Amino acid sequence: MKYRMGTALLGLTGMLISVYLWMFKHGYIGSLACGTGGCATVQLSPYSKFLGVDVAVLGFLAYAALLGLAMLGLQPAWQERREPTRAALLISGGGVLFAAYLTWLELFVIHAICRWCVASAVIIVVVFALALLDHRRLAPRAPLT
Amino acid sequence: MAGTRSLNRFYLVLLVLAVGGGGLLYWQVRRGVPSIPANVTVTAADTAGFQGYFLGKADAPVVISEYADYQCPGCQTFDMVQFPDIVRQLIETGQVRWRYRDFPLSMHPFSRLAAHAAACANDQDRYWPLHAMIYQGQGNWAVESEPSGTFRGYAQKVGLDLTAYDACMMSAKYAGRIQASYDEGVRVGVNGTPTFLIGDRLYGGLSNSDALKHLVDSLTAATAPTP
Repeated sequence: MKYRMGTALLGLTGMLISVYLWMFKHGYIGSLACGTGGCATVQLSPYSKFLGVDVAVLGFLAYAALLGLAMLGLQPAWQERREPTRAALLISGGGVLFAAYLTWLELFVIHAICRWCVASAVIIVVVFALALLDHRRLAPRAPLT
Repeated sequence: MAGTRSLNRFYLVLLVLAVGGGGLLYWQVRRGVPSIPANVTVTAADTAGFQGYFLGKADAPVVISEYADYQCPGCQTFDMVQFPDIVRQLIETGQVRWRYRDFPLSMHPFSRLAAHAAACANDQDRYWPLHAMIYQGQGNWAVESEPSGTFRGYAQKVGLDLTAYDACMMSAKYAGRIQASYDEGVRVGVNGTPTFLIGDRLYGGLSNSDALKHLVDSLTAATAPTP
């Protein structure tokens, strides 16, 4: 269950980061705590939207789904079921690809690095790794002979 | 099955994270964004020893005062297109001393914020670089819902100490100075931006730097001592 617990904690952390970045973009907070200062450049660039939706909103929805799946998977009736893990694998796998695309944009198009985006990318990679480990845990084993 | 104790401990950690993170976000919102009030009471301290932002030699024969608004498109065009030529032809040659005065129009919601950001840059002797950057970025920040983060990004780009910059912006300590600048503009008859005070005459616009050069040349000739 430690994998699902880890996923839940990281999902909540990702949600908080997404809300923080969204609040900055929409003027609810004046500045981001960002050592390199690239956060404002990234968040206010045209690439902070994907298909017309704020990237922060997409991140929030993905992390909320991961948190929900992890909480479901922690309930006694679901602890040995694979569905939450498979869904988490799917979401976090997509998240890893999307984070890779965003990191590429930061490095080669926007030329600014947002530490909060890097933190989010690390979180989604770790969640994906946890989902893989959980998937392995639940894989059917050959009976002992 | 996960033990009840370990699950309870996990829920406790999750709750602490949710409350702690939510609290931090709430604190960020409560801390708010810099807000530069208009129509503040101007005190003597607001204007003591401050006559505007100057560029050029102190003994230049002609002083030109520009009354401008950072969010005014005409001021942006002037600053980006004509002003570089003026700097090269008139200011760097010692013929003109430029004096910039804030004249934030009420129709522009972010003018005072921009003016205050520039004033905070002046604290760190980086006024003109930030001034230019704010005008250059006008098309971006003017359409934002709250541009203080963008100004902070500019502040970093021009090399400001951001801790001091943030403290300056949050204090709104130059709101009175900006208001005093506006009041001065109203007193001399400014009713739009950009407006230029050259000698004792106001000019609503300068067609180009050559026209200004002719004007400065004629003023310099008129004031030059006859042999």
